[in-house]
Amino acid sequence: MDDQKIIIINGNSFSFTPGETILTVAQRNHIDIPTLCYLKGTTPTGACRICVVEVKNARNLLPACSTPVESNMEVQTESREVIESRRMSLQLLLASGNHNCAVRESDGQSWTAFQLNVQHQDNSGDLCPVWGDCELQSLAYRYQVSGETFPATKNRYPMETVNPFIIRDFSRCILCGRCVQACNEVQVNNAISIGYRGTAAKIIAAGDRPLKDSDCVFCGECIQACPVGALVEKDARYDWRPWSNRKVRSTCSYCGVGCQLDFHVHDNRIVKISGAEGTPPNYGSLCVKGRFGFNFIHSEDRLKTPLIRETGRENGKFRQASWDEALDLTARRLSEIKEKNGPDSIGVLTSARVTNEDNYAAMKFTRAVLKTNNIDHCARL
Amino acid sequence: MTNTIGDIEDADVILVTGSNTTENHPVLSSYVKRAVKFKNTRLIVIDPRRIKLTEFSDIWLRPNLGTDVAWINGLMHVIISENRHDREFIETRTTDFDALKDMVEKFTPDYVESITGIPARQLIEAARLYASANAGSILYCMGITQHTTGTDNVKSLANLAMLCGNLGIPGSGVNPLRGQNNVQGACDMGGLPNVYTGYQKVTDEAARKKMEKAWAVSNLPDQIGLTVTQMVPMAHDGDIKAMYIIGENPLVSDPDLNHAEKSFNNLDFLVVQDIFMTETTQLADVVLPAACFAEKDGTFSNTERRVQRVRKALEAPGSAKNDWEITAEIAKRMGYDMIYADSREIFEEIARVTPSYGGITYDRIDSAGIHWPCPTEDHPGTPILHTQQFTHGKGVFHAIDYIPPAEQTDDEYPLYLTTGRVLYHYHTGTMTRRTEGLNDRVPESFVEISAADADKYNLKDGEETKIASRRGEIIAKLKISEKAVAGSVFIPFHFAEAAANRLTNSALDPVSKIPEYKVCTVKLSKAG
Repeated sequence: MDDQKIIIINGNSFSFTPGETILTVAQRNHIDIPTLCYLKGTTPTGACRICVVEVKNARNLLPACSTPVESNMEVQTESREVIESRRMSLQLLLASGNHNCAVRESDGQSWTAFQLNVQHQDNSGDLCPVWGDCELQSLAYRYQVSGETFPATKNRYPMETVNPFIIRDFSRCILCGRCVQACNEVQVNNAISIGYRGTAAKIIAAGDRPLKDSDCVFCGECIQACPVGALVEKDARYDWRPWSNRKVRSTCSYCGVGCQLDFHVHDNRIVKISGAEGTPPNYGSLCVKGRFGFNFIHSEDRLKTPLIRETGRENGKFRQASWDEALDLTARRLSEIKEKNGPDSIGVLTSARVTNEDNYAAMKFTRAVLKTNNIDHCARL
Repeated sequence: MTNTIGDIEDADVILVTGSNTTENHPVLSSYVKRAVKFKNTRLIVIDPRRIKLTEFSDIWLRPNLGTDVAWINGLMHVIISENRHDREFIETRTTDFDALKDMVEKFTPDYVESITGIPARQLIEAARLYASANAGSILYCMGITQHTTGTDNVKSLANLAMLCGNLGIPGSGVNPLRGQNNVQGACDMGGLPNVYTGYQKVTDEAARKKMEKAWAVSNLPDQIGLTVTQMVPMAHDGDIKAMYIIGENPLVSDPDLNHAEKSFNNLDFLVVQDIFMTETTQLADVVLPAACFAEKDGTFSNTERRVQRVRKALEAPGSAKNDWEITAEIAKRMGYDMIYADSREIFEEIARVTPSYGGITYDRIDSAGIHWPCPTEDHPGTPILHTQQFTHGKGVFHAIDYIPPAEQTDDEYPLYLTTGRVLYHYHTGTMTRRTEGLNDRVPESFVEISAADADKYNLKDGEETKIASRRGEIIAKLKISEKAVAGSVFIPFHFAEAAANRLTNSALDPVSKIPEYKVCTVKLSKAG
């Protein structure tokens, strides 16, 4: 009977399908339960305990991400006990590393000492590189907690900067395991795991070697999954802040999968590319080329003006020309050759790299203006 | 693709062949890997190289290069002789089954082993596994198509899918993975010598009349034009006098480059439109600077026929323009107005003249793309093709015999060469080689060889090696790798200074005119 499949959240009734978790039902009904270690589409680990909720007649608070719904369950998502528990979890996380995002109390001296130490380790005068774009920081603000309730734990592991793409800053890692889930369950590259035990725990690759010497293929799924500043694009670190960027959704220009991506644009430059979440075909995933292979756009080698050959083909000398001159010359030569040798003495190669609109224009030009069907592109090559 | 990318995770069995998916289509490969790891999907990989995906496979067959028709016929032989084919599908949806049955009769596992090197027992296992699927998906790429028998190879895979009823349902299909962002779109837009947009034939009078009316012109040519692989030799012989090349670098990507170079040099006029100086622009009379994908609005159509938006994020450098604007300017100067306010207006014209794009608008694909065919604005698009019937009614089985590759090893050229891409680079490298990090991972070309062959030819890992074919020679670093199979070497084609295509054979498939990049013969020696 349908009426048995009912759960009550914060006093309201919702239906569910057997096997769903409390979190899934809540999210579907726009009830906000905060999460940190939960990564959509992967097996919940229940590691961070931020998503705990109060379930009537349960002995403890239960993690919403991994607790299956049962009929007539009564759930409170923001009860006093829940909030206290979340505050405690957040305080422990904040004390566990270089979370210098100003969520400290107003004792100037200790704040300054902490800050100076972190900035020294960062080799930067700035606050955390993901300040303003950090889930831990947002939660600390939401639950009004700061970092010095518990004594700070020692930062055991140095930053890894030896690969060209990803900075691994273990001082900011909260061991939520989202990167591990992203690597093993989303991209299935199986490059990283949680190594060592207890307070020595660390995200490791290939028996704790640098990423460049492991199975890592630098897809960057882990960066996108990281809720804090532990994994950051090397090129993007400290160069800009998220609120100064404009995001533009587009389609990747490498292979034919057509991944949806977001350009992060700052001052007419692309400073970062991320996968567009929640949309096919890639649902946020990208590969190393799509995520990191955009420097060519701003290369000094880009062609900026039309060029006309000055000499014979052997020594390849060109001079700059105006658009009018270059286009007039092109139109004149094509017309002459068409006139003299016939339309079929001209061939057009359009491109598998340009847009449909560009291809359509080239196709129409070839057939309607040149009057030949000699048009092809490198589909075969 | 007949099916969608998302569909791959619904397959019971996936057969991947001629696709190094994790390097060439990394995000799509994660669908395959997830299916295997979390959904109990069984994976068959058929590829001579020990590609990453073999680590996920239940069965890995390692055929000799260029023997695809033989092993596909072999699979079908086993399936038919063990009565594992889908009789109902064959009866209701297809024709010419008997011709196929007669042809594959001789492809016994032992005979196939003698051609392909695949042990008979493994072939039988693979056949049983593929035939056992409720939904079996075939994924293939250039390892299937870039052969003189490329068309035969593709038709054979279609035979195999139809034989087991693996078409028209989720998780099934014959799925080519397209290697370039808009190669699907370039084909859809009629960037081919025989068709207008949406594959409307230039030889069809009704289609010609329709286009003449839409474009307000008369006498559109009715003869099929030339493919790129035909234009180049004709330029060499002086029959093609001028070329207009948009965003392509055939002087790295064409086969038998030494010959191609002579051909382009022989042109009376060459105009090239690109974002960088390339090996091809170097030979041009006029070079026109174009905007790149981040600087333009428009659409790309991906490998699953999904038409998706491209959006302008930046101003183009200098005076670079949209490709379509440049083409329209040339047209105007040749006396034909092709005036559009923006890319949206062009797309609207595309939709008007192209039935399969007829219902797609920029507004509809604002947040997620739509799969063509999509004939009307209330049509949801078509994620899976052939659900009720094939394009031409019934699916036709093609009886195809095995033909060996154009070039065979001999005493002088004792090794086979196959070419492809690596994860960190793309095509002719004009983009990826300008990204420091990607270059840092793979800075230069290499020739991948098995330890056994390196020993046999007395070559050492990391040493400069000369690779020569009947057409040319290059020098690259030797890389001894577990990926390589004895008797074959692999060279990526990204690197102009050690261009693999100086070696490759320009022998073409008689139908598709695709060159045989995946098989030619070479010899190796120490350089210098």
